[in-house]
Amino acid sequence: MYKIAVIGDKDSIYGFAAVGLEIFPCDDAQEAVHTIRRMAENGYGVIYITEKLASQIEGDLDQYREKPVPAIIPIPGADGNTGLGMRNVSKSVQQAVGSDILSDA
Amino acid sequence: MAILNVNPTRMELSNLKGKLTTATRGHKLLKDKRDELMREFIELVRQNKQLRREVEAEIAEANAHMQVARSIMSDEALNTALMLPIQEMSLNISEKNVMSVKIPVFETKLKSADASDIYSYGFAFTSSDLDDAVKALSDVMPKLMKLAEMEKSCQLMATEIEKTRRRVNALEHVLIPNYQDTIRYIQMKLDENERSTTTRLMKVKDMMLEEAHHYSEREA
Repeated sequence: MYKIAVIGDKDSIYGFAAVGLEIFPCDDAQEAVHTIRRMAENGYGVIYITEKLASQIEGDLDQYREKPVPAIIPIPGADGNTGLGMRNVSKSVQQAVGSDILSDA
Repeated sequence: MAILNVNPTRMELSNLKGKLTTATRGHKLLKDKRDELMREFIELVRQNKQLRREVEAEIAEANAHMQVARSIMSDEALNTALMLPIQEMSLNISEKNVMSVKIPVFETKLKSADASDIYSYGFAFTSSDLDDAVKALSDVMPKLMKLAEMEKSCQLMATEIEKTRRRVNALEHVLIPNYQDTIRYIQMKLDENERSTTTRLMKVKDMMLEEAHHYSEREA
């Protein structure tokens, strides 16, 4: 049985506690990297992370791309959509095809 | 033209021919795998992008409600309201096999079946915007889980496609040409040996006949 976590700045993720996810308020990049590593080892299947925080630790998140769990999914936070989530999908396309053939731009 | 470092013998030749057949068959199989993976992947990415757009819009809406709630209520009241959630969500992961890539299938389970259990607070002291925010988040949850599943699948498939593509290219542009060149080299070498043996035999025969009959002396 896996758990689901949300990590990011407090204002963005507070609501998720009500719907039954575990929340980890965190503003600091270093701390986030540690928390995510601990989560990956302790049976978290899905980790939602605010785009703002994800953009600070993109390099550290890349190592989880190839593993079956956890799935680390960027979501827009309280201060709006930065487009990082979409870019992440494009990154997969780029990796597979060699160039981003599905971009809307 | 690159030739493998082998002895030009019949044994090596037949070995190499066997390897070439295997490599060609493997190349064809891997190419098919790559094409099929690519087809599924493109389809999945299209859906993924569509879903992400929807989810992002819905979360933005929930966040807007949250912002209003935060401005109406005090921080303490908000914290108290959300501090002890009733609902709890857990996750079951099973696997689906797509062209030997194991992609996850998520299945969520809620601790309590009652839909109103997302409100972990009394309604008397909270703003109705908080209700809206929580409701919006709860509504987007199934889509959010679907998104996680899709995005992870995309990532795993992308990795697998990259690997397969490299293998196909290595076979197509390095291994198979190398085998072909080496086979041609050995064949030429063997033919050359055969010709040189024939010539030598003819020469020896000439010399032996000369020895027996002394043709050159008789002509003189």
